[in-house]
Amino acid sequence: MTDHAADGWIGASLLRKEDARHLYGHGMFIADVQLPEVQDIAFVRSQMASARVRGIKKPADASGQVFTLSDIQPVNILEAGPELAAHRHSPYPPLADDRVRYVGQTIAACLMPTRAQAEDLADKVEVDLEEMPAVVDVVAAMRPDSPRVFHDWPSNAYISTSVVEGKPESLAAAPIRLRRRLRLNRQATVSLEGRGALAYWDYRLDELVVYLSTQGGQVKRLALSRMLNIPEHKVRVIAPDVGGGFGGKNRIMPEDIAVAAIALKVGHPVRWIEDRREHLLASPHARDHTYDLTISAERDGTLLGLEGDIYIDAGAYALWPTGAFQEASMASRNLTGPYRMRHLKLNAYTVATNKAPMGPYRGVARPGATFAIERLVDEVARELGREPVDLRRQNAVTAAELPYRTAAGLKLDTGDYIAALDIARDKIDLPAIRKRQAAGESDGRKIGVGFAFYTEQSGHGTVEFMKRKFRVIPGYESANARMLPDGSVLIYVGVQNHGQGHETSLAQIAAHELGINPAQISVRYGDTAIGPYGFGTFASRSIVFAGGAVGKAARSLAQKIQRIGAHLLQTDIASTRIGDGMVHGPSGKVGFSEIAFAANARPDQLPTGMDPLLDAIATYEPADSGGVFAYGTHAVVVAVEPDSGVVELLDYVVSEDCGTMINPMIVDGQVQGGIAQGIGTALYEEIPYDELGQPLATTFADYMVPCAPEIPTVRIEHIVTPALTTEYGVKGLGEGGAIAPPAAIANAVADAFRDVGASFNETPLTPRRVSEEVAAARRKKEGGA
Amino acid sequence: MKSAAFAYVLAKNISDATSALARHGESAALIAGGQSLVPMLNLRVAVPELLVDIASLEELKENGSNLASHRLGALTTHADIEDGKVSDPFGGLLRKVASGISYRAVRNYGTVGGSVALADPAADWPVCLLALGAEVRIAGGKGSRLQPMDSFLRGQYTTALGHDEIILGFDIPRDRAGIRWGFSKVVRKSGAFSSSIAVAIQRGADGPAAVALGAAGPRPYLLPTTAARIGRGETSEGSLREAIAKDLAACVPDEDAYLQRLHTSTVLRAVREMPRP
Repeated sequence: MTDHAADGWIGASLLRKEDARHLYGHGMFIADVQLPEVQDIAFVRSQMASARVRGIKKPADASGQVFTLSDIQPVNILEAGPELAAHRHSPYPPLADDRVRYVGQTIAACLMPTRAQAEDLADKVEVDLEEMPAVVDVVAAMRPDSPRVFHDWPSNAYISTSVVEGKPESLAAAPIRLRRRLRLNRQATVSLEGRGALAYWDYRLDELVVYLSTQGGQVKRLALSRMLNIPEHKVRVIAPDVGGGFGGKNRIMPEDIAVAAIALKVGHPVRWIEDRREHLLASPHARDHTYDLTISAERDGTLLGLEGDIYIDAGAYALWPTGAFQEASMASRNLTGPYRMRHLKLNAYTVATNKAPMGPYRGVARPGATFAIERLVDEVARELGREPVDLRRQNAVTAAELPYRTAAGLKLDTGDYIAALDIARDKIDLPAIRKRQAAGESDGRKIGVGFAFYTEQSGHGTVEFMKRKFRVIPGYESANARMLPDGSVLIYVGVQNHGQGHETSLAQIAAHELGINPAQISVRYGDTAIGPYGFGTFASRSIVFAGGAVGKAARSLAQKIQRIGAHLLQTDIASTRIGDGMVHGPSGKVGFSEIAFAANARPDQLPTGMDPLLDAIATYEPADSGGVFAYGTHAVVVAVEPDSGVVELLDYVVSEDCGTMINPMIVDGQVQGGIAQGIGTALYEEIPYDELGQPLATTFADYMVPCAPEIPTVRIEHIVTPALTTEYGVKGLGEGGAIAPPAAIANAVADAFRDVGASFNETPLTPRRVSEEVAAARRKKEGGA
Repeated sequence: MKSAAFAYVLAKNISDATSALARHGESAALIAGGQSLVPMLNLRVAVPELLVDIASLEELKENGSNLASHRLGALTTHADIEDGKVSDPFGGLLRKVASGISYRAVRNYGTVGGSVALADPAADWPVCLLALGAEVRIAGGKGSRLQPMDSFLRGQYTTALGHDEIILGFDIPRDRAGIRWGFSKVVRKSGAFSSSIAVAIQRGADGPAAVALGAAGPRPYLLPTTAARIGRGETSEGSLREAIAKDLAACVPDEDAYLQRLHTSTVLRAVREMPRP
């Protein structure tokens, strides 16, 4: 690792400031917070997918320790989902009213000095449930005769939308028309640290303090204030170290509200620490997209368009603020990928089922959309006997065509998509793999190579989130930069570091602007009492928004520093420059420590009329709030054993472009980590439900998360095309790693069996699914021959 | 996921343990390494009133060999075997099996005896010890006894162990000529229980062979037809596939087409991994 880049701090692979405390075990996560008299909560949860709650009987000797919905009033239930009249309201109480709608839904909260005792108490609460028909299959849920998750809804759709572009009626005459059903199954988000909440009334400050393991405290404060009828200045949300979120910690959840409401009822701190079973049962679930699509193409390989249906299994309730509608809207709009197809006719259904509510998860919708389009492109390539990467090159937008507005209305901005494809093809060495395939494997396995291209929208603000009809529009971020009397710097931001390395990369940006070492800069976040307003960390937005805000605030400090420096040097500001922690004049220099001391503690030394302090707050939104697009190509080589269906990853290559890299080491870490989760989607992770709506993977014995041995070392090649509309030319890249692996891996497995025409359109590609598809394709081929 | 309360006793000798079991009947549970039991306690799948800790019983740590037999103590950890701290007179088979069990953190504490006593149908040691023809050494209120693995394993999480009995260890027959072995398992991911697991052995160059298959049906099974073919040197793929099919039809007739393919490939791979005689 280099200490700094040759020309400054931007581009330096600085070791992360936050790693030392984690490596030494000095991190402070929510379960590490020690408060006197704290008591633990265990929830009584529904064991049925759909039932009427006929009664809840508390143990006789436990009055005051068992809370039901009526015991935590008043609580306002906020309408969640997009701000669209057509989106149906799914009132979600923090503890069940007279209905439960998924296995794991909170019914009662039990409070005891320890969690084990709280679980003992929870076991003694008798819940009388009258089972009702469960809605489990997302497609069947949309049939008119399906039982309803909400009895007064006309169908189970939260909302149905459609996208029609170009002349989709022309597609019926296309020479190539392939229809496929594709599916990404349901997952949990599996952050290393689960969720958690700890709340108490602070009598000295006269405020409710809520520790939350969250990706954004300010928006959670807003929700808690509205739900509990407490003005915002009396609600303080603190997020200590957060051990991963991936989207799963960016919604207000029933447990959060129940814990805060109970804290208002009792005179001591109360907490709930999610355990892994609760995480798999009732944390925000993700993926669960079903596509029934027809792709049309010319014989020469020109892709023409897509028609079909998209089903999003959104679970039993919409989570505040925005529910799961963006899954459908983003899936629809990203389905054309980077290709010049102009005709679209898509219907998207965001469907309520008796499963845990859906939330965002790294990649949001695009792993599904990318899986669908990239699998379909490979299916067309096989139909035409073409090399899949060549078909992509033929149809992808060229660098000369950028910026390019896709059929679904996304404005792809900068880069060279063909170069990304070529680099991945060359780095994985396609000709060598084709040769190896021709030679065959001595162990009977089949080798396959797969490619997937993705784009990753980031830095999108007001315009984009208005399209998604968000209730809270994350259209900007803010930063407060403060230079202390000794010249060191504190930076407060509204984004939340939960593993991204913000303490390092944002310090590098400030160091770049101020001309000082990042070691002299501390980045602070995670406490509504001290931070500026902001929306938190999600949607790969932090480097664009918070990075821009930090840059602006630091620049504003630098300007004032330069003015004071010029004054102290008795020279004109135009003849000075900033560098190495000093203001340099024509015949002398003055250090920041002297300037900062003057600004903070010696106002007598300041220019006449200048306000004291070096303290600047800035907000930032990119000039084009439609977003910028990182992109890349994943290429993977697999070996598959057809009888067992076991897939081994032999090589994994990424070529990607996220614009300017602030810290390339952190970028590589994001790519590698995202791919680990993408491999989870592709091969391992799944929460199946039985026909009664019982989840079948509720511990890590049944829910497979890939571990280090399952994750190859990814070979990464960067292309750097700076964005035109963001500070420093950055693009967000936190999610891209997770977007393409399901498509790339499924394409590779399909490539291994292209001779028998096997098609792998459902994740995860478990050994059983793989082997059964190979066997079915072989039977079909033998039958047809 | 926190355990319900339970009483705890640290057994100082075998009769401490067996008499505590005899007094408390089904409400008592033995704990050795705890790598399966502790998660079950936390999930409240197991809710014993008493835990009898046998981890300090020296009699269960006895390891050693004579020419005819190898004794493996019940408290031997997977890591002890993996690290070569106890001998492996079976040409590295025990080490191979031990090193693939779950994660190292589990192997540090988990014991051979605990694995066999739990009798998870997908566990490694039952299938391995079954192939090796081991006998289980058992102590109870009425004294000690020996029982062959094949009759000891009854079904899913079910053994012939009486409620007041504990496993002391295993006696595994040895051969002067040594053994050839092959081991194969399919796991969904590193550390997971097997989806299919097979051990094939042959004693001496042309001696008797044994093949055992686990994670297929409620308990591991011996595959006699396949073993006989190996014993006769009839190991062409066609011959083996035919034999495996016969054996699977006999012991796990209800497994679906995929599982038949999976188990067939696991057994085939185990046989192929045996070094040539």
